[in-house]
Amino acid sequence: MTIDTMPKMLRENAERFGNLVALREKRFGIWQSYTWNEYLERVRNFALGLHQLGFGRGDFVGIVGDNRPEWVITELAAQSLGGASMGIYQDSTPEEVHYLISQAVLKFLVVEDQEQIDKIVELWDQIQGIEKVFYYDPKGLRHYDEDYLMAFPEVEAMGAQFHDENPGFYQAQVNEGKGSDVAILGTTSGTTSKPKVAMITHDNLVAMGQGLMGVDAFSEKDQFVSFLPLAWIGEQMISVACGMAAGFAVSFPEETETVQEDMREIGPRIIFAPPRIWESLLSTVQVKISDADRLKRWVYNRAIRYGYYLANKRFNKEEITLQERILEQIAKFFCYTNILDQLGLRYVKWAYTGGAALGPDVFRFFHALGVNLKQGYGQTETTGICVVHSDGDIKFQTVGLPMPGAEIKIDDSGEILARGRMCFPGYHANEEATQGTITEEGWVRTGDAGYFDEDGHLIVIDRAKDVMTLHDGTKFSPLFIENKLKFSPYIIEAVVFGGEELPFVASFINIDFGNVGKWAEDHQLAYTNYTNLAAKREVYDLIREDVARTNADLPPAARIHRFLLLHKELDADDAELTRTRKVRRNFIADNYREIIDGLYSDKSSIDIESVITYQDGRQATIQVTLPINTMGDEQEVVAERNRVLA
Amino acid sequence: MHTVSMSRFDRPYLDDPPERLQLDVENVSLSFGGVRAISDVSYSCYPGEILAIIGPNGAGKTSMLNCICGLYRPQRGRIMYGRHNLVTTPPHHLPKIGIARTFQNIELFSHMTVLDNLMLGRHVHMRKNILQSVLYWGRAEQEEIRHRQFVEHVIDLLEIQAIRKKQVGALAYGLQKRVELGRALAMNPGLILLDEPMAGMNIEEKEDMARFILDINEEWGITVILIEHDMSVVMDISDRVVVLDFGLKIAEGTPDEVRQNPEVIQAYLGEEEPA
Repeated sequence: MTIDTMPKMLRENAERFGNLVALREKRFGIWQSYTWNEYLERVRNFALGLHQLGFGRGDFVGIVGDNRPEWVITELAAQSLGGASMGIYQDSTPEEVHYLISQAVLKFLVVEDQEQIDKIVELWDQIQGIEKVFYYDPKGLRHYDEDYLMAFPEVEAMGAQFHDENPGFYQAQVNEGKGSDVAILGTTSGTTSKPKVAMITHDNLVAMGQGLMGVDAFSEKDQFVSFLPLAWIGEQMISVACGMAAGFAVSFPEETETVQEDMREIGPRIIFAPPRIWESLLSTVQVKISDADRLKRWVYNRAIRYGYYLANKRFNKEEITLQERILEQIAKFFCYTNILDQLGLRYVKWAYTGGAALGPDVFRFFHALGVNLKQGYGQTETTGICVVHSDGDIKFQTVGLPMPGAEIKIDDSGEILARGRMCFPGYHANEEATQGTITEEGWVRTGDAGYFDEDGHLIVIDRAKDVMTLHDGTKFSPLFIENKLKFSPYIIEAVVFGGEELPFVASFINIDFGNVGKWAEDHQLAYTNYTNLAAKREVYDLIREDVARTNADLPPAARIHRFLLLHKELDADDAELTRTRKVRRNFIADNYREIIDGLYSDKSSIDIESVITYQDGRQATIQVTLPINTMGDEQEVVAERNRVLA
Repeated sequence: MHTVSMSRFDRPYLDDPPERLQLDVENVSLSFGGVRAISDVSYSCYPGEILAIIGPNGAGKTSMLNCICGLYRPQRGRIMYGRHNLVTTPPHHLPKIGIARTFQNIELFSHMTVLDNLMLGRHVHMRKNILQSVLYWGRAEQEEIRHRQFVEHVIDLLEIQAIRKKQVGALAYGLQKRVELGRALAMNPGLILLDEPMAGMNIEEKEDMARFILDINEEWGITVILIEHDMSVVMDISDRVVVLDFGLKIAEGTPDEVRQNPEVIQAYLGEEEPA
């Protein structure tokens, strides 16, 4: 029999690797391991429990929770019965949860704990179709007597008993599965509209795993730490699809706050993370180094400069001499290894970034440290990845070559199209969106603009809709400027405005509260909260330097003329970011209209009233004055503005 | 290697659940020289409840707590915890009969890690002798693992996993308070005395602490007596309230009853503010 589904792979792995570790979870301070045999047994028991409660082929189960073994057990259990799972970001607001669970008729919901159950209880009257809700962390649930709630182990116990009575049932169910069955419902990130629900089949997952492993050969000896939401396709890719295909162990950290430490303990060989994680790791290093003593700073500066030098040679595919290799080993010993160890990256053999564009500066930094960081490109609709760098052929401005099994082409409008076995069959119950996305020849429209370079590497410019034409006619990507700004440890987010109808490029900037706060303390600058800190003149001066540095690398028309520091952090709870923390440009353009207008007026500050809604529904209004900073000569900018407007 | 499997569905108790006894304070009076700190106060705290003792500054709240845990000896009256008379019990016996407390000013070992501070709380339950401890293997090791397990449940309850191995002195104040509560919990008490658990905290920290107090009370079944200045918190989480003023008990009852008591309004909340 061909092994064409995830549950069949699980069965195969249990036969091949039996007592090797498949899953690891830190609980009560100890890493608790499950072997492949135990993993299979838990999946089987939970699946049979679900079966007894009425779950069957074509049914869906929703999962809301942090990364735990129960998450993937549920997913595999649903798939064993011919059903599929839909992951929902655990930090979603009740409204978002409601929106997603109403997109597909879910039969059951598996949630982690009280926090998630509270959302469900709040929504219960509006929810249709869900019969039971299972939880796997009972803390705080003593007073919950809702009859639809049921503990995860209870379902497993039911299944175990059923298995004793019907020993062949599970195997038969797994055998019935086909590669074309839907395996997961993946939610798209929803940068431009509400998230859509994409059907991902077992074939897609298998093809994606094969494709990626055709580039990088993972094996059962590798280690992976799963710390990003499993609802994200990128995490599904490595944790589930590649984990099953290669048979490596997947470890789940104890808490979000302990990820760094848990990573150090596991020492993963594979890491896949979106740009914001790499950016924050970089900020950590920058801040720690600025705090270190002079000797350490000196060593670091020498070593990192050499690292950049070697990384550039490698990017250019120049030969590294013996002497350079020896010096590199010395730099490794005194610097790189120690930094990587602190970050938990010491044993990383393959590192990936994806989900959004990573700034070239961040990319080069990790290469200077000797991390084999590669860009991947893909979206939920292409099962997360279809283009990736291969070892020794890395260029920081590209996303690499199409993976084995994937075809990429650029259509006449400049949009990137993808085709291959990893491309999804369509959106769930949304024929209209499917037709808009998949062409008649089976190409998936990505919505991104891009082109191929002379070596056949794909270069992604930005979302096609976001690419702006500056008033002098050049095309430019706001994302490119934003990523340059975000290289600064003090800038956590930036939103750049520009385009034909606007006279110049301007930007909103979110300061990094932790790092700027620390900087303020070091400079004896007193502040009370985010809003207060972001309005300080000293902080403006600090950020101004970073804006000037960014401008120095940009063509004149793309330079930021005016910027302001936002009084609040952009937040996914306020729908300003997606759950994967990508900026929702059009939403911000609408909601901050007043402030954007201010940026393009001749005012030097804007007074705004901001309404804050607390968790319990109370509202408060705060009044803030946002100073606007003009780069270069104020009068020139105003004159320029008037000239363009005229 | 010992495999220690713990499920989130396990009960936290490794030792027997603590005995929950009724606390009866009977006609207690305490003076320092000529100063009357407490005069003839009586009240009871029933097993499983959260009892708050409130009152203006200098009302005798902390003195009351110190009498219960044996730091002060009242000149008159009895304090009965089940069949134990706490007035004659030496303070170091209190953990054995299941009473633990936290202090208004944090009393932790600031150069030790959070974990070590919590393990210290288990000291009272350690059975191994010096020889076994020195050899470590065998019984001592087993015991150490069991205590660590208990402590890990405390860490889980109070959500302090991320600071497990941090030095206590380097932590923020609110977290230190949480660790101190953790050390008291590590003793596996039946009654816990909290002296201003939320003093000096911001609103968010207060909300967290209130939730933890409710959790230890409801989930672990521990009786709680707490002193607190923040009236809104007290009224939200306690089952009953005792009000002291100048060493006298002026009211006792549910938060609602106490809130409407004119004497309390006069003594504690002061005159009505001019509009």
